[in-house]
Amino acid sequence: MYSRAYKSAVTIPPLLWISTFLLVPYSLLFCYSFWSVSPQQTIIHNWNLQNYLQLVRNPIHLSVLFRSMRIAGAVTLFALLLGYPLAYFLSFHAAKRKDLLYQLVIIPLWASYLVRGYAWKTILGSDGVLNGLLQYLHITRHPVEFFLYSPFAVVLTLTHIYTPFTFLPIYASLEHVPRNLVEASHDLGASPWSTFRRVILPLSLPGVLAGATFAFVLTLGDFLAPLLVGGASGIMISNIVVSLFGAAYNWPLGAAISLCMLLLVLSLLFATERLERKLTLS
Amino acid sequence: MNVAVNSSRAPLLTVYATLVYAFLYFPIVVLVLYSFNGSGVGGFPPSGWTFDWYRQLLQDGPLWDAVLNSIIVAAIAVGISFALGLPAALALDRSQFPGKALFRRIVLLPLILPGIITGLSLLMLFVAIGMKLSLVTITLGHGTALISVATTEIFAGLQKLDRAQEEASLDLGANHWKTFWRITLPHLRVSLIAAALLIFTLSLDEIALSFFLIGRDNTLPLEIWSRLRRGITPEINAISTLILAFSIATILIWYRLRTRTALAEEAGAQLLASTLEGEHS
Repeated sequence: MYSRAYKSAVTIPPLLWISTFLLVPYSLLFCYSFWSVSPQQTIIHNWNLQNYLQLVRNPIHLSVLFRSMRIAGAVTLFALLLGYPLAYFLSFHAAKRKDLLYQLVIIPLWASYLVRGYAWKTILGSDGVLNGLLQYLHITRHPVEFFLYSPFAVVLTLTHIYTPFTFLPIYASLEHVPRNLVEASHDLGASPWSTFRRVILPLSLPGVLAGATFAFVLTLGDFLAPLLVGGASGIMISNIVVSLFGAAYNWPLGAAISLCMLLLVLSLLFATERLERKLTLS
Repeated sequence: MNVAVNSSRAPLLTVYATLVYAFLYFPIVVLVLYSFNGSGVGGFPPSGWTFDWYRQLLQDGPLWDAVLNSIIVAAIAVGISFALGLPAALALDRSQFPGKALFRRIVLLPLILPGIITGLSLLMLFVAIGMKLSLVTITLGHGTALISVATTEIFAGLQKLDRAQEEASLDLGANHWKTFWRITLPHLRVSLIAAALLIFTLSLDEIALSFFLIGRDNTLPLEIWSRLRRGITPEINAISTLILAFSIATILIWYRLRTRTALAEEAGAQLLASTLEGEHS
């Protein structure tokens, strides 16, 4: 139906741009990960697996990677625990205020990441708002140090940032649950709980899956929250990459770690997509 | 039995949802509150209401330079992401070509990939072609990453478009270009404004990508970031409050514009969910 000229005009420019500014850069990342760096700090273009071997042999990198996955897992779990009930409440119980309440979740979703991270820094600091409050109420006498600069602070901050991300797909899938199925379940005598467990929950699983993937992937790649509120014990894998591209100057090793992260993320996306399709079909 | 009747009674759930909202808004409220606090960033209770930090902010030259930089970057990023996102959305909506699914996936990749990966990859590109890091590299980065948002937003607008008028235009002898300029584009106007607002705000707030592509001149988030490393002052609360106010205003306008044409509940969800879905029907 559309002319060939029209088709080319809408496909070729984006394809060219995307190839130049996304595909080529991602391929460069791939190439760099097989190169090495000389003692004079120049990049040597001989292909080898040195970086990957170093990655596997270095216990620090592995332990930080596992810590990042634990933090990402915790954030995902908390984001689901906060996001699912909220989405359920909005979808099934909010009635007329639905629209307003939905907007209230959207606002923090798009509001500045840095601003929200900074807010937690001022709250959790040793002379921060929370410590001030605890001392004001005479619950503690001295500032509690571990609020800020700990994995706890990272999990809290990122849960705050990614809960709305998790909420959205869950809410969308709950809105798609056919209401007559819910009514049928009630009419046939099922309790609200078993209606939820047997009807609503299974139908909303694709949304849960999508939400969980967002929270996990975005947390795994985060390096700003650890710098802002994490301190030394809250360092994540991306922070190692940042330092390798900065002061430590080892781009090839940094590229190798990034590529592993990229592969992890892509395989996760692939797996959830598969699972989601399976869930939707059945 | 009516679901709505039985559903209105869920006190526990209501309390829980209220707590989640409190959690979402607590830091924001604290931040704003302490921007007026005479005795500094921390402590409790806040004491001594003051506008001093805002006054200090007004006289802060480097900060306003950064604001201006950010606005320029965001405006051009909107231009770039539109110039490529609009054709991409048209391609996805109404033409079949080999590799369409892959095309869609790659366009949307920056939306779901952590910023650090896209940022580093772009850094390698700019170094490889010998391009000096500056606001230009940041702008190119933002523009490229935000094509994903432009595409999904405009695509959603196209899906809601009534095709009858376009078909009528074609039947009456107008070609595709004429139909596009005279019918499609005017009907997309609201979607386009909404998309531009969202992209502008996202670029203004972006930090992960900019972190790697920064040259000598700072964007606003990077200027704030470099100050944070030196220690925190209520002046940062003040500028953060202004950023928040601006973001919230734009997001609300975006949301209103979008829901004028879309189903309310689908607006944002579609954008995010479509990155995980294979093909839209």
